[in-house]
Amino acid sequence: MTSAPQTPDPDVPGRTASAPERRAHDLRAEAVSLGYDDRTIVDGLSLALPDGAITVIVGPNACGKSTLLRGFARLLRPTAGTFTLDGRDLGGLSPRDVAKVVSVLPQQPVAPDGVLVSDLVARGRHPHQGWFRSRSSDDDRIVAESLAATATLELADRRVEELSGGQRQRVWIAMVLAQRSDIVLLDEPTTFLDATHQLELLDLLTDLNRDRGATVVMVLHDLNLAARYADHLVVMSSGSIVAQGTPTEVITADIVRAAFDLDCVVTTDPVAGSPLVIPIGRHHRAD
Amino acid sequence: MRRRRRTLVVGVALAAVVLLGVITALSLGASGLSPADIVATLVGQGTRVQELIVFRLRLPRVTTALVAGVAFGLAGALFQTTLRNTLASPDILGVTGGASLAAVFTLLVLGQTGAALGIAAFVGALGIAALMWALAWRGGLVGYRFVLIGVGLAALVQAALGYLLTRADVRGASEALVWMIGGIGDTSWPEVGTAAASLVVLLALVVALSRRMPVLQLDDDTARALGVDSTRSRAAMIVLGVALVAVGTALAGPVAFVALVSAPIARSLVRNGGAALVASALVGAAVVVFADIIGQHLLPGGLRVPVGIITGLIGAPYLLWLIAAGNRKGTDG
Repeated sequence: MTSAPQTPDPDVPGRTASAPERRAHDLRAEAVSLGYDDRTIVDGLSLALPDGAITVIVGPNACGKSTLLRGFARLLRPTAGTFTLDGRDLGGLSPRDVAKVVSVLPQQPVAPDGVLVSDLVARGRHPHQGWFRSRSSDDDRIVAESLAATATLELADRRVEELSGGQRQRVWIAMVLAQRSDIVLLDEPTTFLDATHQLELLDLLTDLNRDRGATVVMVLHDLNLAARYADHLVVMSSGSIVAQGTPTEVITADIVRAAFDLDCVVTTDPVAGSPLVIPIGRHHRAD
Repeated sequence: MRRRRRTLVVGVALAAVVLLGVITALSLGASGLSPADIVATLVGQGTRVQELIVFRLRLPRVTTALVAGVAFGLAGALFQTTLRNTLASPDILGVTGGASLAAVFTLLVLGQTGAALGIAAFVGALGIAALMWALAWRGGLVGYRFVLIGVGLAALVQAALGYLLTRADVRGASEALVWMIGGIGDTSWPEVGTAAASLVVLLALVVALSRRMPVLQLDDDTARALGVDSTRSRAAMIVLGVALVAVGTALAGPVAFVALVSAPIARSLVRNGGAALVASALVGAAVVVFADIIGQHLLPGGLRVPVGIITGLIGAPYLLWLIAAGNRKGTDG
């Protein structure tokens, strides 16, 4: 449990005195099974999320990646095994204590009718408020910072339903940022966004990881974006982990075939240097 | 901040409207007291006769209107916000009907009045709410399921009420009918006092839980992610709403549509996307007080009707508009 330095750190750009102190955390799944009703979706899976890194979970549809994320987020109770946070059973902790450490952006969050952007983002402060600690100037400052970080400050007085899909997603991210948790879980945060906004969002999450040291864990659909942005990549298929490691270790033609049942050529992303998956279909072959 | 000031201004303005209604209601009637006389009497400067008229004859009725209005207005806001659907108010869902059914049963079959009526109303409303919850809950909240099942339960309750009325003797049935339409005429101080005391206790509980309201307005996953046990919190809010419905119904009968219209009016005045609980309670009070003024004093030919007729006349078109507008938007609220 070491605190981040309170003075500007010359080695880490952007991490200044205003950055909140960050503690190391250990969030892991130990032999968990997850499912809905009688259907088991994830069966006996173990995974430790590396602290302070960006972990991306990929896999074909219905492989259980979102279900696993919901388990880590305490939104779904495991039918077997345990999720632990810093060595303690996640299910035994109070929801509020978990919410102070782990924030979650669900796949399709729903905003109340007529809510203003700044009010929605302020709801991210809820876990930190209590009987004797209602909304303070500290909260207002953190809300303003979260709006600024997601470039939504000028939208603060707009209604959420008036916004475009990209703006709305940034507002939800701002709410998650306002929670000031050390671990941030996101379930397919780039869905419904065009290419520009997808990159913008992933860059924003990378900033969050680099500047504030947040552990970011997300489910993504796009293999190439996952390979580019992940420090740690987890490939799932039918409820279990096929491979995990750095993108370079994990993204190979064999593993992609095993997980996605897809033939492909893996080359190098000319921009990022990360592995780039070129899928092979039945048509459009140059040779 | 501008928006917080708006909330405050709306609250103060609504309180002023309610006060205006109270003074108007107290000054209307056969003995012709002026508003100035009323204010003087209220602050202890009136004559014996004025005191008798105001405190004995008129104030119980106005207080009944206030208590019932606050109870129904707030109950509607709690239901609609917790179930995240504008149609999910206790009167539409049959919860108010459950309170009436139990109260009418107590009145006609058991021959009891007073506190027993209140307890019966609570048990009846809670029974319907629990049944609705059991049938509609599917591992999470889906607002429109509550509305559909609630509408079904409301029909069931109406059938049971009809059965009770046809089995009762004529005098009892007509007494129960007037009560069911929502009449606030014949309440006495002990009755009003008990209801008001229960209301104060419930208001305190609502205040204690209201901090979670902004989070409960979000979907279950997001609410849980923010550290709120959403299922338990929603259930607690519904139980409070049920208790408020019981207080209002036991005192004044199921005054039609007050629970449905108050919160949407309040929200459109406050316009901050919040639950507008205080404003909903005040709108509820204003609606019942003014509806009773209309029903007692403003109808042509000296016609007097129970307050529930007037609120029904206001509420039914609103309900139609709500359904039409909701369909145009293509949302389920």
